[in-house]
Amino acid sequence: MASELKTSIHAPSGRGSRRWRGLVGFAFTGVATLLSLGALFSILGYLIIHGIGAIDWNFLTKEPAAVGEAGGGIAPSLLGTAILVTISMIIGVPLGVGVGIYLSEIAGETPFARVARVSINTFIGVPSIIIGVFVYFILVKPTNTFSAVAGGLALGIIMIPIMARTTEDVLRLVPNSIREAGLALGAPRWHVMLHVVLPAARAGVITGGILAVARVAGETAPLILTALGNEYYPTSLFKPIDEITLRILKYARGPYEVWHQQAYGAALLLVFGVAAGSLLLRLSMRAQGANR
Amino acid sequence: MRPNLTSIDGHDPSKPAFSVSNLNFYYGANQALHEISLTIADRIVTALIGPSGCGKSTFLRTLNRMYEVVPNTRVTGSILLRSKDLLSIDLTQLRHRVGMVFQSANPFPKSIFDNVTYGPKIQGDFSRAELSNLVEESLRRAALWDEVKDKLHKSALSLSGGQQQRLCIARALALKPEVLLLDEPCSALDPISTAKIEELIVGLKDTCAIVIVTHNMQQAARVADFTGFFLMGKLIEFDRSTVIFEKPKRKETEDYITGRFG
Repeated sequence: MASELKTSIHAPSGRGSRRWRGLVGFAFTGVATLLSLGALFSILGYLIIHGIGAIDWNFLTKEPAAVGEAGGGIAPSLLGTAILVTISMIIGVPLGVGVGIYLSEIAGETPFARVARVSINTFIGVPSIIIGVFVYFILVKPTNTFSAVAGGLALGIIMIPIMARTTEDVLRLVPNSIREAGLALGAPRWHVMLHVVLPAARAGVITGGILAVARVAGETAPLILTALGNEYYPTSLFKPIDEITLRILKYARGPYEVWHQQAYGAALLLVFGVAAGSLLLRLSMRAQGANR
Repeated sequence: MRPNLTSIDGHDPSKPAFSVSNLNFYYGANQALHEISLTIADRIVTALIGPSGCGKSTFLRTLNRMYEVVPNTRVTGSILLRSKDLLSIDLTQLRHRVGMVFQSANPFPKSIFDNVTYGPKIQGDFSRAELSNLVEESLRRAALWDEVKDKLHKSALSLSGGQQQRLCIARALALKPEVLLLDEPCSALDPISTAKIEELIVGLKDTCAIVIVTHNMQQAARVADFTGFFLMGKLIEFDRSTVIFEKPKRKETEDYITGRFG
């Protein structure tokens, strides 16, 4: 039928009920997409409208003002976030990447390896507050103080299974043929792993690291029980420290309008910080890829 | 099966590259090679032909103990590399003396220069100048130097398929092996690249023994001095290529050569 051959990507064609089913599926997925995007953009829009006014030079560089007063900033929480993320990376990256390398290159299919893999997968799903409780009991309570170290430790523990999973997945993507090539040239397995496989997977491991950092930077619950929060610039790693999500929580819950506005501002900063970070990452990966 | 090797010019039959006796190979419970015995002569090209699954690649991989990366494999019988049992030679040493090139080119995602120097750097310390010379020499032997001499620091992955395979040959040659094993090196390449590689294989036999597995009978006839015909894990016939392809002694060989099965 010549008239029905005029197909377009937008309208399902075909006979009778098949056509209706196509349209319904089409409509359903279209609506789902619109709703999701709508939610996303409303959040962003809301943040921008309510928060953009709060962001100024004082906001970024000053300590919080007296309770309820205007003119303060969230600078300590920005510095605190950077410190906590750094500590978490010191703990999470070597251990996580190490586990990933072990599972991909060394372990094979022994019972121990299988248990390890299942454990890592389960571990990823553990609610972060439980890790916060764990660090509270093993570090905060015995030392009688909340601290940056405890916060960093909690975030680091959260990071381990994420890094392990992405590292193992990325290493498995490296084709076996180049491992064989290395072995055929007389290299022992550890040499092939260190000088052939890891360099080949480097971009993927770095991406995994950035994604893990982005995830961890947004965690609040474990920090409530470990880093606690602070009004001042951090002076010691063994004392409570402020962090951006803790500050958002405190200000959002408080009764002051000034606080609410600053909470929006901080949330906006966080969202755009993470977005800008991943954009920068993509751009640098593309630049690196072009140099090949 | 010991063919008459004395008639090959410049070759000493008392010093074969490999002497294989009663070799059996098992993948778990499955026996892949049955009582293989043959002698691979030095400074000639030996081809191994046969239909898919006949065991020729499995056999090739016993010669440099590459089967050891596969779990659950077992070997019985003896393989001697110049009168020394393979199992008594240090594995790294063995793989420096016996190089291998694979079916699909597998250069490292590194520069051309770093690909070729990977093997030698495991062997020992070389000065920058020594490495440069080694790279040039290996790339020349692999007939690739002229095409890449101005871009040694570009990624190996920027080369064409045929060039990548020649790079893999250069990489193996950088270790100055006594034997070069090639596992269907041209099966993924176009005819022009194939011709280039066949030409360089014939040129290489002056310096090392070559064993090439190929499913292409015409290729074996073109490049090989000796040919072995494998079928279902057994070595059916092993003789000069002219005999195998023109006057085979076994019916199975003749059936395969004439295309009665493939």
